[in-house]
Amino acid sequence: MSDKLTLQTPPAVEIERYELGERPAYHFEMQRRDFFKALGAGLLVACVLKDAFAFQESGGGRRRFMGEEALPREISAWLHIGENGVVTSYTGKVEIGQNIRTSLSQAVAEELRFPIERIEMVMGDTKLTPFDMGTFGSRTTPTMNLQLRRVASAARDALVEMAAKQWNASAQQLVAADGRITDPATKRTVEYAELVRGQQLTALIPAEDPLEPATEWKVEGQPIAKVNGRDYVTGKHKYPADQKLPGMLIGKVLRPPSFGATLVSVNAPDAAVMSEVTFVHDGDFVGVAAPSEEAATRALKGIRAEWKEQTGQPSSKTIYEYLKNNPAPTGGEFGEHTSKYEVGSVESGMSSSDHRLQQTYTVAYIAHTPLEPRAALAQWSSDSVTVWTGTQRPFGVRSQLAQTFHLPEEKVRVLMPDMGSGYGGKHTGECAIEAARLARAANRPVKLLWTREEEFTWAYFRPVGVMEASAGIRNDGTITAWEFHNYNSGGSGIRTMYEVPNQRIVFHPTEYPLRQGSYRALAATANHFARESFMDELAHEVKMDPLEFRMKNLKDERLRSVFEAAAKRFGWGQTKQPGHGFGMGGGFEKGGNVATFAEVAVDRASGEVRVARVVCAFECGAIVNPDGLRNQIEGGNIMGIGGALFEAIEFANGKILNPHLAQYRVPRFKDVPQIETVLLDRRDIPSAGAGESPLMGMAPAIGNAIFDATGIRLRAMPMVPDGLKAN
Amino acid sequence: MANVTKLHINGTVYTIDADPQESLLFVLRDQLDLTGSKYGCGEGQCGACTVLIDGNPRHSCITRVGAVANRKITTVEGLEEHGRLHPVQEAFLAEGAMQCAYCTPGMIITATALLKSNPHPTAQQVTEYMQGNVCRCGAYPRIVASVLRAASATHGGTVKEAS
Repeated sequence: MSDKLTLQTPPAVEIERYELGERPAYHFEMQRRDFFKALGAGLLVACVLKDAFAFQESGGGRRRFMGEEALPREISAWLHIGENGVVTSYTGKVEIGQNIRTSLSQAVAEELRFPIERIEMVMGDTKLTPFDMGTFGSRTTPTMNLQLRRVASAARDALVEMAAKQWNASAQQLVAADGRITDPATKRTVEYAELVRGQQLTALIPAEDPLEPATEWKVEGQPIAKVNGRDYVTGKHKYPADQKLPGMLIGKVLRPPSFGATLVSVNAPDAAVMSEVTFVHDGDFVGVAAPSEEAATRALKGIRAEWKEQTGQPSSKTIYEYLKNNPAPTGGEFGEHTSKYEVGSVESGMSSSDHRLQQTYTVAYIAHTPLEPRAALAQWSSDSVTVWTGTQRPFGVRSQLAQTFHLPEEKVRVLMPDMGSGYGGKHTGECAIEAARLARAANRPVKLLWTREEEFTWAYFRPVGVMEASAGIRNDGTITAWEFHNYNSGGSGIRTMYEVPNQRIVFHPTEYPLRQGSYRALAATANHFARESFMDELAHEVKMDPLEFRMKNLKDERLRSVFEAAAKRFGWGQTKQPGHGFGMGGGFEKGGNVATFAEVAVDRASGEVRVARVVCAFECGAIVNPDGLRNQIEGGNIMGIGGALFEAIEFANGKILNPHLAQYRVPRFKDVPQIETVLLDRRDIPSAGAGESPLMGMAPAIGNAIFDATGIRLRAMPMVPDGLKAN
Repeated sequence: MANVTKLHINGTVYTIDADPQESLLFVLRDQLDLTGSKYGCGEGQCGACTVLIDGNPRHSCITRVGAVANRKITTVEGLEEHGRLHPVQEAFLAEGAMQCAYCTPGMIITATALLKSNPHPTAQQVTEYMQGNVCRCGAYPRIVASVLRAASATHGGTVKEAS
């Protein structure tokens, strides 16, 4: 039991170092009075985070209706039931394709007992929604889903109490369903909207309020379709890039020829090009704004600039050596230097083993390549600025804008229309800042859309990494010692989930040449690739079946369950076609347990490697939306195929050498295998997020399957960017 | 060369004023506010900007507006008729064939063109035909299922021509 708890708790070594760049701070700018002015009369229920509730509480029980005073600042979510029959729910989380607009609506519908199609979800608007650190780390389902359920549940209770009072009935005998309260004894019934008419009621609830168990769910747990799906198939949905304002100009930014280049001199375009063009030169920033895409492009081309470039920068060929030779200075950006987890004695574990093995694995820099590149529309009004932009951290971007333009944060509003994906790649606000800088100079709204090449070059990448694994095992397959080092790529998923008495696991921060940051599943993909490939190597070392070898060293029941379920569905051990191989990879991260089994087909003559079939079993507690979950698992595995087989950023001398979709290969229709998902629904376990961890098992499953088919062990991701070479 | 002043889009004649060298995509998006067609790469590699020109799928990002001045253009906004979705649009909803959905308009437009030339494609044929469209979220299996569903949903094996 204690083993299980240790395993399912976040590792002590290191979590998402590349995501936690900001300390939590809470902001809540609307006064209660303003709120009702903006939304109309009704009932407002807010979820208050821990400490703040203590001083709000004053003998009125756990929930309390408030008078005229301001709302507390530490609020995570709120919900308004309007007298017009509309329920509006507010969260700082954002929709980036992971379908939380739907799953969070389900949470509200479930507990409020209200039709989902009449729930409006306001997301990621720094003026209207509560502060939120950002949408990353698979945190929406385990946190925001719960908080919205609590808010909705409290609202339902408040409505029942109001009806009971009105009818002079006992609250216990009343039933809330489908947006109305009914008294079964008298058949009296009233709509929520009618109950709150003319009222301005506010209720606060603590974030820890108890909830109905998942076994009772009626709306959550259902495969509800994307709530605004029709807007997407008709092209009506307005993404960040689609935003428009009257009098708007189109912006373009002059980029340096290479990373680290500094501007020596710059000349504005000729007068002929300059009519109606705003030209900005501010430090190393050079940009233009013009009435059309065409005019802005022409103006940009007319700029003459001289740059001083940095020489001697590492390349994609020398990067792994570079990482090993360039440890990060102690006390740098992330404070602590190396982080280490150690148990038992690796040395004694090694000496008591029958076999010892050591291997090195690498992962390349890869690009998120969201299909919608960064986009922002900025508008100034005297000393305040409003920016519509695609980001996973609207409040983080607000801070960046405030700092850049020396404004108090309340003078900056960031809105995040549901965007064309992110995958961890849109945490930053560079495009928003550039658009705002141009808009201030032009004194008109400016829209800036990054080109694909800019997105490939000036965004940031999934960190490159080197992983070194060594282990000692006995002839019977027992692992006696485990040592694992990760250089640069990160600490998530670095701990082994297998039972080993003697372990040393170390994350080494290093210097790195390209801008790097978060990425879907981040380092968990790199660490699982290394660990699960190495497990396969160890199994072969002692001539054991890889599944049997894993099971021998695995106690955790949840993880065993996904391996067993996937193996069964996959048909592990069945006869293979010639040239085909089977492999597996799995693990636990961010509350999700995954086991992925892959069948690959290798054509030795052409070197072509094709993933033919994938079975992925996944368990993340109680499932909120099984169809949304399957969609994430399928998509995660397909994205995983890209990084596993062919995606890699090539660079040299501070330049990206493949900044185009014609050069940087992403998975397309023909790369897609037959995918089967197996969902294990654990209604007894709180729901975890699932946008990231399904991806982790894909690369090792493919690598192990390639070995099974060919006897060739590939230890570098991507594994076959140019096909499988004979060796 | 004179500026382009008229475009025939979705059965309507739009008045514009564009240099013939301008990209059709930006004219649609910026001048006409037809933002259903998306910029994804600007070089005809992702398919997010796909429109129909006289019924054939074309990358609007690399199509000069001067080349289509007298042609029939169909964008995703033109598929719905009298509030009724095109069978391909219905099928995408039924299959949940999207995540961020930024690629969806281009996918749907490409699929309508496929079904017009091949009303009952196999999964393999769908895959071949749509190879130029990228869905970075990886909804590919659902997109294939949607196209097959739309094919079987249409009577007599024909999909009504858009626009």
